[in-house]
Amino acid sequence: MKIAVCIKAVPDTETKIQLAADRQNIDFTGVRFITSPYDEFAIEEALKLKEKHGGETTAFCLGGPEATDVLRDALARGLDSAVHVCDASFVQLDPLSTAKVLAAAIADGGFDIVLCGHQGSGTDNSLVPSMLAELLDWPQANIVVKLEVEGGSFKAEREIEGAHEIVQGSLPAVISAQKGLNEPRYPSIKGVMAARRKEIAQKDAAALGLAGKVGSAQATMKIKEMTMPADRPQGRIIDGDVDTAVKALVQLLRSEAQVV
Amino acid sequence: MSNGILVFVEQRNGQVRKSSLEALSEARRQAPMGKELVIAVIAGENIKSLAARVSKVKPDRILVADNAGFGKYSTEAYAAVLSAAIKKENPRYVFAANTAMGKDLLARTAAKFDAPCASDVLELRPDNGNLLAVRALYSGKCRGVFEFTSPLAFMTLRPNVFALSEAENGQQSPIEDLSVTADKVRAAVAETHAAEGQKVELSEASVIVAGGRGIKGPENWPVLQNLCDVLGAALGASRAVVDSGWIDHGHQVGQTGKTVSPQLYIACGISGAIQHLAGMSSSKVIVAINKDAEAPIFKHATYGIVGDVLEVVPRLTEELRKLNSN
Repeated sequence: MKIAVCIKAVPDTETKIQLAADRQNIDFTGVRFITSPYDEFAIEEALKLKEKHGGETTAFCLGGPEATDVLRDALARGLDSAVHVCDASFVQLDPLSTAKVLAAAIADGGFDIVLCGHQGSGTDNSLVPSMLAELLDWPQANIVVKLEVEGGSFKAEREIEGAHEIVQGSLPAVISAQKGLNEPRYPSIKGVMAARRKEIAQKDAAALGLAGKVGSAQATMKIKEMTMPADRPQGRIIDGDVDTAVKALVQLLRSEAQVV
Repeated sequence: MSNGILVFVEQRNGQVRKSSLEALSEARRQAPMGKELVIAVIAGENIKSLAARVSKVKPDRILVADNAGFGKYSTEAYAAVLSAAIKKENPRYVFAANTAMGKDLLARTAAKFDAPCASDVLELRPDNGNLLAVRALYSGKCRGVFEFTSPLAFMTLRPNVFALSEAENGQQSPIEDLSVTADKVRAAVAETHAAEGQKVELSEASVIVAGGRGIKGPENWPVLQNLCDVLGAALGASRAVVDSGWIDHGHQVGQTGKTVSPQLYIACGISGAIQHLAGMSSSKVIVAINKDAEAPIFKHATYGIVGDVLEVVPRLTEELRKLNSN
């Protein structure tokens, strides 16, 4: 079984976000990058599928120099090979362009399944897996918390509002992972050592046949401006014993805030 | 804006999703009756009766794809329906609610039309006949204003943010059958299981009661559930208690969980880590109950009570129950 995993390097979720001077992006000064949290479940699922069915696993990461560390981490966890997709024209791509780049990198690889996190932390789009599936002309299942793969077909349990759906389909397919799919393992020391020696393949726009066709300049969704949310007005602490405070709170919720 | 707005209206088990009607309401506000067209499209099996509810939001027309093949959701089958509607109506924008189905379907269909898509949109701004989409980034730590330079663009609108405007009575919108056969369906929903324990869906709830470490243990969830029942609220949780296995991840609010914007958010025993604040700080009114007066949550709260959750919440439940019975 040939398994592709799409991962992304994102600012640590602890990061206090500040805007860059041009307000077109955040200020990346001093920001520590991590593997997007949901992608860790995709990596783990790839390892489990390989353990069960055999085959090989490849990580793809679209991004700048920050991608190298998350690809090394994916290798250290046990993925077999890594591809860094990087080009000066691929900076701050919209979701559709991202999907086009990933599709170009993955299409001819003979993969049976592509695993992704269901949402990239930060940009929070949750769109790329479905777009990638369409561009590859494969079926899809998103927000998956349980996956079974057997003989050319899959059964995926996905989280929807107030329920779980069981999706059945054929391979090849794109599956996006939700927290709960598995318990991601930590890299072993041996894994870390082995990962250091592995080569990370590089692919740019020209290698993918996308030069001048897909990139920030051709994207049809563009950021005009980024803003910080308005500060919330200063709140108040309601003093007094439990009984007094609760009564005062209910009064405020009713007459001032008018929410109960 | 030329050619108006097409809105995908989601239904499950014969129930129209309220957040879809919110998206339809917003479309009607952006494309006023008599000036621009708003067309609703709905797919399913035996769903013709749902047109009456959809009509209350006053779309110019309702396209109905009603056949056995659409009884259960399939991305590819529903994308065939939405694609047929787009080819027929040639809209400027396609809207849906930002739900599991809405994102799944619109992202796939957008790629089919080589068109951009913005998810989880919080606000639309008219701009020289076009619409700008405002969406949260970094789980709400900042926001981005996006423009579309294509003739067609897709958007999913966050539930609970756009006002629902339904007419009490009025004319039924004209209905048209949309005849679609989905010929390439390689994945489909086989069955659906209701999630355990959640009576109100978190992302669509107008009131949320959320618990963190301060509830001391999973045996105390009933204390919060009682408050939920009185308020008709959904139960949320901090990442700390989800990671400790006290409750299912479906309840998690914040980065790596759900981003919510209810009218009222009651944080019980939640200290207010930056990832949690990111997911709920756009709530209209925030109440914090925590025994640590220095907890960061109090800086974001509209009202705060310093005290033990297990003492304060039962009293609050009782007081609200009295209010309800009056």
